[in-house]
Amino acid sequence: MFLESVLIFAKIIAVVAPLMIAVAYYTYAERKLIGYVQIRIGPNRVGPRGWLQPIADALKLMFKEIILPTKANRYLFIIAPMLSIAPALAAWAVIPFADGWVVADINAGLLYLLAMTSLGVYGVIIAGWASNSKYALLGALRSAAQIVAYEIAMGFALVGVLMAAGSLNLSAIVHAQATGYGFLGWYWVPLFPLFLIYFISGVAETNRAPFDVAEGESEIVAGFHVEYSGMLFAVFFLAEYANMILIAALTTLMFMGGWLSPFQGTGLEAYFAWMPQIFWFFAKMTLFLLLFLWFRATFPRYRYDQIMRLGWKVFIPLTIVWLVVLGVMILTHLSPWFASTAG
Amino acid sequence: MLENYLPIFFFILVGIATGVGPVLIGFILSPHRPDKEKNSQYECGFEAFDDSHMKFDVRFYLVAILFIIFDLEIAFLFPWGVVFKSLGWFGFWSMMIFLTILVIGFAYEWKKGALEWE
Repeated sequence: MFLESVLIFAKIIAVVAPLMIAVAYYTYAERKLIGYVQIRIGPNRVGPRGWLQPIADALKLMFKEIILPTKANRYLFIIAPMLSIAPALAAWAVIPFADGWVVADINAGLLYLLAMTSLGVYGVIIAGWASNSKYALLGALRSAAQIVAYEIAMGFALVGVLMAAGSLNLSAIVHAQATGYGFLGWYWVPLFPLFLIYFISGVAETNRAPFDVAEGESEIVAGFHVEYSGMLFAVFFLAEYANMILIAALTTLMFMGGWLSPFQGTGLEAYFAWMPQIFWFFAKMTLFLLLFLWFRATFPRYRYDQIMRLGWKVFIPLTIVWLVVLGVMILTHLSPWFASTAG
Repeated sequence: MLENYLPIFFFILVGIATGVGPVLIGFILSPHRPDKEKNSQYECGFEAFDDSHMKFDVRFYLVAILFIIFDLEIAFLFPWGVVFKSLGWFGFWSMMIFLTILVIGFAYEWKKGALEWE
């Protein structure tokens, strides 16, 4: 029992530690990439080509004073960032990085993910309320309304995936996508609208540009975390980026075949057989992570009413319609995705 | 069966620790020199006129209510989706009736302007 627990903890650390490094270097990639998009160089002073920049940032934040505003509710003020990061990390428990490489291979994986990603909104709303500042309250309200609006579209997209795969287990969902037609056999083809809606909702859910009205630095300064400083702010920041990486991982698993090779079942499969499964998983994830940055560099911010319209009036009707279409596709055993579904 | 969930419990503990640890380090390492102005809430440079727990738009409540309704629908769809393949056309049509009722409600909300933001 003791040995098992140690092993479990070792696995968890093996997920969380690289994740933290990934978050650090994702911020570096973001600044560098947006720099180049805007014909700047980006961070280039700390270390060769600025490679040590994220570490310098982390050290700086450690030595910054943590300000506790007089009027704030101190207890909730300190709890809020922890409520933000705990679910953002705990969700990684059910992510399979390759066949069998998962910390907790539970059958209710998708349900657990829906629960964990829903909890993130508590951190935001408690932070906004506890700060006792007008900007923080406004930012928290906007952010919460936006997150819950897009969560519905996301939930419907998840229903589509589990209808197609017939399982809540994420490894089973990936296995169901091994249809022998390479990358065309994955769920992004039959579930194309759900795939787009899921990823765009993921961008909105993490309050990223172009849906970043919750931060809206030109209108409400920084939204719900305006009163936060030092490490308390850093924890919010970690949670946001961990969530972005999580969305990229989930999109990969549910629509892009997870760790499956894009040549699986085609003539090229043998040439790429030496590639480890985890390589494909990370390659696909990186693609989505770059999309997050590309969106931020390219699109102007949406207006708040436009965000709500997109969520309620476009995404929700579209997902409902596609669930019906998908039901027909599954029951008519549309090849190759649903060929072997006789039940 | 339940032992599959032990790693999840541990993972949540690690998640909380990842929140608490850095903040503790921050409290230990960082200076602590409070003063009245620094600790007042941010308000573009002037004193706050009133308490910031102010009235806010009723539409936020509306969104919350709509969210609960729709999230409940999703909770209904989850178990149905898992066994969808074995239910066949019977399951399909049963859910179509359910979705039709849902869509009628949705169309009513839309027409009433509950989804308008401006």
